[in-house]
Amino acid sequence: MIIGHRKPLEEILKMLEPFDKIILAGCKGCVAVCNAGGEKEVGILASAIRLARKKDGKDIEVKEITLERQCDPEYIDQLQNVAGDHQAVLSIACGVGVQYLAERYKSTPALPGLNTDFMGGSREQGVWVERCQGCGNCVLHLTGGICPITRCSKSLLNGPCGGSSKGKCEINPDVECGWQLIIDRLKSLGLLEALYEQIMPYKDWLTSRDGGPRTITREDMRE
Amino acid sequence: MKTASRLEKVLASGAFAVTSECGPPRGSDPEVIRKKGECLKGVVDAINVTDNQTSVVRMSSIASCVILKEMGFDPIVQMTTRDRNRIALQSDILGAGALGMNNILCLSGDHQRFGDHPSAKNVYDIDSIQLIQTVHRMREEGKFINGQEIKVAPKFFIGAAENPFADPFEIRVPRLAKKAGAGVDFIQTQCIYNLDKFRLWMKGVVERGLHQKVKILAGVTPMKTVGMARYMKASVPGMDVPDAIIDRLKGAAKGKVGDEGIKICVETIQQLREMEGVAGVHIMAIEWEEKVKEIAEAAGLLPRPQV
Repeated sequence: MIIGHRKPLEEILKMLEPFDKIILAGCKGCVAVCNAGGEKEVGILASAIRLARKKDGKDIEVKEITLERQCDPEYIDQLQNVAGDHQAVLSIACGVGVQYLAERYKSTPALPGLNTDFMGGSREQGVWVERCQGCGNCVLHLTGGICPITRCSKSLLNGPCGGSSKGKCEINPDVECGWQLIIDRLKSLGLLEALYEQIMPYKDWLTSRDGGPRTITREDMRE
Repeated sequence: MKTASRLEKVLASGAFAVTSECGPPRGSDPEVIRKKGECLKGVVDAINVTDNQTSVVRMSSIASCVILKEMGFDPIVQMTTRDRNRIALQSDILGAGALGMNNILCLSGDHQRFGDHPSAKNVYDIDSIQLIQTVHRMREEGKFINGQEIKVAPKFFIGAAENPFADPFEIRVPRLAKKAGAGVDFIQTQCIYNLDKFRLWMKGVVERGLHQKVKILAGVTPMKTVGMARYMKASVPGMDVPDAIIDRLKGAAKGKVGDEGIKICVETIQQLREMEGVAGVHIMAIEWEEKVKEIAEAAGLLPRPQV
């Protein structure tokens, strides 16, 4: 899923300064699962905004709405009856949601309440970790199911570098060396000798963001 | 000879090679390079110039190498894949070739989080092994990464680094084999303080015959102070400094710690020279270039062969 975390309240309040009637839109997708932008977080943030503005003597009306998903035009449409009556929409979905709102409601500013971080999962209660950078050309079958693009700080395809020490990465002792993980895993699969000395070829980054904004078209699904 | 490199000739002659390193200044003063070069005249077969080492902005490696070239050296251009994509790397390789450079050291580079611009974006379009392949293919096939022909291809003597003290240890020999497969000609290792571990790595290298394909230059760095030794042990990733080294420095008389550091360095070189498969030594006297001559002299490495 997409992992995000809420922007600091001060930054959000600064964005909201020109407005006194807004929609606060949450999302029941990924950001709800990572406890950053679901219905519960909408309620908490709305209260915090109202309280802070009241304290400053500048009351604000916050309409709380949590959509099924903000990355789907069908659900974005559900705001059509209220968007026009409000000065802005503060979205606590990921960056996709904010942009979908901006695209659909041309005259209503869409503001980001979250910082969108990465594609990953939860490791333990309260901890989320990155696992995929969406490079569009998966090599996990060659690297023991551990992604060198994401897990190696330098995204080396032929790692590890000389900075791998006791299983940790040179950038920070809290970061695992991705290539140590790959090697351990290849060893446990009995594939280390067969795979390690093969030089991984130059990566074609065209399928990644480097090729420009990406679109997937499935002709079999188009109407 | 595959190239016009002086280092290649020295190694081919069977002589024990000596290289050193020069860190460029954090400014545009060419005199800093000239001064460092002056200390190394007649002392080494080639000088590396680092490429923004530890991710701190410095004068470019190629520009500094031009200054050394003017002084009569045959420098080693260090090139990391951290700051340049395949377009910029190949462009700089062509440029370095045009400026008369014959040696290149292919590196991934320290992560920018260590440096003076930690909020920079890194590149890593390709890695160090792929950079070796790139320079090798330019030389042997006269082709770019995309397969297109190069008009007047650069011919570099190709080097890389290897750290026998990094983990996991078990892949450190296979990793050298991988670099050999990519076409590397010589290796300069991380600084060696733990000779037992280095010996173990060299044994693995020799068992696979890799020393016959790739010339191994063993890295050494003299310790200036006890603080430096402690810092290297604790804070430099992939550095293995045994307590015995620190104890020896601590035991030196007041004002004599640097001398003891040099003595340890010379003894290390003498032991390395006896080791099968070690083709030379790479003396990295960090901001202490004036001591390289003393070290080389004491280790019996002077005069350098005329090739």
